[in-house]
Amino acid sequence: MDSDAILTAVNAVESITNSPHTPERSSYRARKTVEQIIHLIFLLCGIVAVAFVLLISIYLILSGLPAIRQIGLVQFLLGKVWDPTNTTTGAQYGILPFILTSVYGTAGAIVIGVPVGLLTAVFLAKVAPPKLAAVIRTAVQLLAGIPSVVYGLVGMIVLVPAIRNLFRLSSGACLLAAMLVLAIMILPSIINVSETALRAVPKEYEEASLALGAAEMETYFRVSVHAARSGIAAAVVLGVGRAIGEAMAIILVAGNVSNMPGLFTPVRFLTTGIISGMAYASVGSLYQQALYSIGLVLFLFIMLINVFLNVCVKNRKEG
Amino acid sequence: MNGQTLSLRRRVYNRGMRALVWLSAGLTCALLVFLIGYIFCRGIPGLTWELLSGQTSYIKNTIGILPNILNTLYIILVAMVIVLPLGVGAAIYLTEYAENRRLVSLIEFAAETLTGIPSIIFGLVGMLFFVQKMNLQAGVLAGGLTLVVMILPTILRTTQESLKTVPQSYREGALGLGAGKWRMVRTVVLPNAIDGIVTGCILAVGRIVGESAALLYTAGFGLVLNDFFTALHSSSATLTVALYVYANERGETAVAFSIATILMLLTLLINLSAVFLGRKLKKN
Repeated sequence: MDSDAILTAVNAVESITNSPHTPERSSYRARKTVEQIIHLIFLLCGIVAVAFVLLISIYLILSGLPAIRQIGLVQFLLGKVWDPTNTTTGAQYGILPFILTSVYGTAGAIVIGVPVGLLTAVFLAKVAPPKLAAVIRTAVQLLAGIPSVVYGLVGMIVLVPAIRNLFRLSSGACLLAAMLVLAIMILPSIINVSETALRAVPKEYEEASLALGAAEMETYFRVSVHAARSGIAAAVVLGVGRAIGEAMAIILVAGNVSNMPGLFTPVRFLTTGIISGMAYASVGSLYQQALYSIGLVLFLFIMLINVFLNVCVKNRKEG
Repeated sequence: MNGQTLSLRRRVYNRGMRALVWLSAGLTCALLVFLIGYIFCRGIPGLTWELLSGQTSYIKNTIGILPNILNTLYIILVAMVIVLPLGVGAAIYLTEYAENRRLVSLIEFAAETLTGIPSIIFGLVGMLFFVQKMNLQAGVLAGGLTLVVMILPTILRTTQESLKTVPQSYREGALGLGAGKWRMVRTVVLPNAIDGIVTGCILAVGRIVGESAALLYTAGFGLVLNDFFTALHSSSATLTVALYVYANERGETAVAFSIATILMLLTLLINLSAVFLGRKLKKN
């Protein structure tokens, strides 16, 4: 490795000495200016990420607030009726159905997805023979890479009719279908993050537990999972973030009607509400501005989740 | 080993949990196999040359996805050309130049925040800023710029990781022999981190190919065949958006599944090459 280092360094110096610059004072100064300019360019590249976050926050707040102010915060957040195009009794902009649907849908996805994901993570980290684990890990990675519309398409064609037939409904496009699709979509991130956390559990913990007479599975679930709990919590929070922000996979399976959520009623999420509304709202109308406000509410949810995630990660580092 | 000495309850717990663990892992794999199998079964019969090389026309009553394939390539091109220098530059700044630790953690926090923002938000802000504020028409340019914001953290993170793996002695060697910092970065650090940067690019392309929510109202729904420069400023649906349009608005399930097949093939290709490269990276 050291000989490599010397070789690359020598190459670097050769390219210096071969360059037409003569080592005079003025060229030294020029070189220094060039270095400073390059430093500045890289600094700007770094700042861009911060600028993007600011841009997003500022734009969402600026364009989300006017509609909220016009409709009224309480009316907007707690109103149960979303009917922006009703001309006879007046338009109504209540997004409680969207908020509750997003919350219930996410909760459902977590309830279904986390047990399966956690068990798979334990399998990958502790139980599986290494070769099998490698195969499954690739499978998980592929699941993560499948575009969300593809999940939506398969859900629409396979899951929705199945739910309709199973529960004898008039239409299978409902909250339950969306929960199932979301559960599948958050699986990869839950598996990956939990597996990493489980792998980080010191071997001594498990050895001690085994030596005290605990069986393998008792050790994994009562010692390893317990020791990795903050990492697993981070996985769950990450899953919540994924599920609440997902749009294209569920727009095809959720029925897309702004009802108050019920397991078998067609519903709209915060995300799908924005997408389907945007197709009808004319530019500059209160309708469109209300959609920006929904975006702002979603953004606040996500930021809250990010804060939770940071707390989880910090706890893990300290604990 | 000590199975005989355990009480019945503990034996049942042990067996039950072991079965559940295998079952869950099996379920995860079965899910993937089912998805791939089902999509290929429904999609491959419809993958004809007419579909791949034609365009959708009401008059001739034909459906073709060539425009969408091209739009996807255009958007990849636009987004990558912009995001690659930005992301690599930011990573170089963080690992090689930055001295102010507060600024470093601010930038890293920003990148982390961007990672957590869902794509629909990027789409919304992209529409507000690029389409309405900067008055770009919805098209490949506005869509590409929106994606730049979205995939910047991916490139930044992977580049940063691979820059960190370049041994410190390489840098010291170059500096000690009189190279300037920029020359050191260009001739010693970057060439040694190229594998990681390539992996990052592959992952980023994967995200672009699969992205739809961010593109709906920034790149648009257009199904017309355009050349690159027209597409920059006219509504152009990528493969994913076209899938959505055909599945949701046109009821053309067969076409949607054919597009899904192409997307699945691309996903498989992209992910497997990223895995392969990643392994090669670890070996080195």
